[in-house]
Amino acid sequence: MSTTTLSHDEAHHHDAPKGWKRWLFSTNHKDIGTLYLLFALTMLFLGGASAMLIRMELFMPGIQMLDPDLYNNLVTNHALIMIFGAVMPAAAGLANWMIPMMIGAPDMALPRMNNLSFWVLPAAATMLILSFVVPFFPGGGTQINTGWTLYPPLSVQVGMSMDFLIFAVHLLGISSVLASINIIVTLLNMRAPGMSLFKMPMFCWTWLVTAFLLILVVPVLAGGVTMLLFDRHFGTSFFDAAGGGDPVLFQHLFWFFGHPEVYILLLPSIGVLSHVIPAFARKPLFGYKSMVGAMLAVATIGMVVWAHHQYTIGMSLGAVTYFMIGTILISIPVGLMIFNFIATMWRGAMTFETPMLFAVGIVLMFTFGGLSGVMLAVVPADMQYHDSMFVVAHFHYVLMPGAVFGLFAGVFYWLPKWTGHMYDEKLGKLFFWINVISFNITFFPQHFLGLAGMPRRIVDYNMIFTEFNVVSSIGAMVFGLSHLLFLYIIIKTIRGGKKAEKRAWEGAKGLEWELDSPPAFHTWTVAPQIK
Amino acid sequence: MSESMADNRSKNRRTTLILSLVVVAMFGFGFALVPLYNLFCQITGTQSLAQRGEIGKIAQVTDRVDENRWVTVKFDTTVNPNLPWEFSAETAKMRVHPGQTYEINFHARNRSSASVTGQAIPSVAPWQATPYFSKMECFCFNKQRLEGSQETTMPLRFMVSADLPPEINSLTLSYSFMRLKEEEQGERKSDSPQLIAANQDK
Repeated sequence: MSTTTLSHDEAHHHDAPKGWKRWLFSTNHKDIGTLYLLFALTMLFLGGASAMLIRMELFMPGIQMLDPDLYNNLVTNHALIMIFGAVMPAAAGLANWMIPMMIGAPDMALPRMNNLSFWVLPAAATMLILSFVVPFFPGGGTQINTGWTLYPPLSVQVGMSMDFLIFAVHLLGISSVLASINIIVTLLNMRAPGMSLFKMPMFCWTWLVTAFLLILVVPVLAGGVTMLLFDRHFGTSFFDAAGGGDPVLFQHLFWFFGHPEVYILLLPSIGVLSHVIPAFARKPLFGYKSMVGAMLAVATIGMVVWAHHQYTIGMSLGAVTYFMIGTILISIPVGLMIFNFIATMWRGAMTFETPMLFAVGIVLMFTFGGLSGVMLAVVPADMQYHDSMFVVAHFHYVLMPGAVFGLFAGVFYWLPKWTGHMYDEKLGKLFFWINVISFNITFFPQHFLGLAGMPRRIVDYNMIFTEFNVVSSIGAMVFGLSHLLFLYIIIKTIRGGKKAEKRAWEGAKGLEWELDSPPAFHTWTVAPQIK
Repeated sequence: MSESMADNRSKNRRTTLILSLVVVAMFGFGFALVPLYNLFCQITGTQSLAQRGEIGKIAQVTDRVDENRWVTVKFDTTVNPNLPWEFSAETAKMRVHPGQTYEINFHARNRSSASVTGQAIPSVAPWQATPYFSKMECFCFNKQRLEGSQETTMPLRFMVSADLPPEINSLTLSYSFMRLKEEEQGERKSDSPQLIAANQDK
């Protein structure tokens, strides 16, 4: 107790502590935000490397460099690293950095828990990497060949690497639940006097909904993988038909988490867009309240349509009809968000700096992914598309623009605020064009591959699919390597560049732009007054 | 100022507590889904046909043989890892006329040296075809006991009803062979659907 009091006092009376202790014991929302972002960047490269290996193997038909099990393990790792290691921590990093500055709070509500929720992540990442490494050693068992969905009975039969993975999922879940609780408490209790919920910046709203989704669904996933662990080691039969269990039950538990997870990945980026587009269109966000309403609708409906991932398991007609209609219904509030963004841009004095380029790209490409999602929602059509490359193309079109490009836009938008330097606009635009063009080269042909019948998660493919796979693989190499440019731009900006003003962008609105760039170690120690 | 901070602290503590309870409750909800899932399916009638006991039941019996129609019946065999047996169908698929009775043999061999009892659980895909697939004689009606290394041939006599909906022209009969626990090898007229539940109760 005495040590915690001490560190608490220290934080108030001194400037930033020096050396590694500053980071390991940090309770400062800005430092923890930086840690989150750096962790996410590292994981982005790890997940990207596994994706490039996958695409290299798929460059030509036949098995060139990866065993089938190793290939499937890479597919599993790519998904888990990107979702839990890159996108969620990056969004949490933005939340940590921006939320207290946006709502006029001195820090997050629970600074020490904030520290814990970050430092669980490296441990989880280590577990995840171990699950990949262990099978290479004698006695290490088989590789995880299930894909990120971890469906039994296959996942019950995998060797000990699956246990590492299960514990990694537990740790990742603990981290994001703690972070979510912290964010909700901050948003509910720490807003500056006068800032009602409906005066809160959109990014804060999106994170409020995201955090609620997280605490509702992540514990269910934790329960599901715990049952898996019990089935593997303690003789229970939750998912084993021979003992009276049902493997389909796991699918329901997984997708009860997995579908809201899609919105967890998407919403923070929608929040970023709601700041970037008004700033560069120099108009206030069109339909603030309808955005909040649409988001709540998406989150609510999104909680109860999970089984559209399982049309082919043999549900009754009534059940699939319900899940189909529910899924298609989601396109209404999502469409409303998109139209709000377009209406914000309408007749605005637009300029196209890198964040805005990404924002416009998202509005276009995310809509495209949403449309192929409606195709997949239709049961008879999905019977054909299920588990094909079409699904791969679809969810990369929603997750790359919807989540990752949104995070890129946020990073470019707030980088001047964080570092005090403007990034190199020329390089930023170059990065955008290389990134977006190679993204489309990579994933657009996969629609055709899927419609022609190429299955996903298979190491080899029929000769007839060669051409499109070659195109896709070449695109993937450029796409993967383009992120080195992103890394270079960030490093360059941290090290120097044109001095950023308080209000780094002409049209930027919000409390965070009233602070210095870079902001002091402690900001808003006296809460601002909101009119 | 310090008063309002202390005020904020207790407020934060309360919110945190409530949210933590939500997390614990949702973790419990995950486990509660195990029985709820079955309950939900029973109430809404979406449970599997095996649980409804419709397997082996014949919905429509007509003597009519439809000589003009061909239906492909595929045979799929699975052995649960607990059962040290080999199990396979004589042929992978048959072309049949609806309404006519056919016979096919399945082979099983006990790979272990001990005697083991098992039972096959049938299912039909697509499930809509289940009521139209009738088994006159099936090894799955009874427990099968094989001595160590014993081999056996088991017949199945079946008929696809001529009332099979016209959009179905191919169906799969799938068998999963399950091991019966040793103490259950006593007398019990075990009809296939009850087998799973009975095993669970033990």
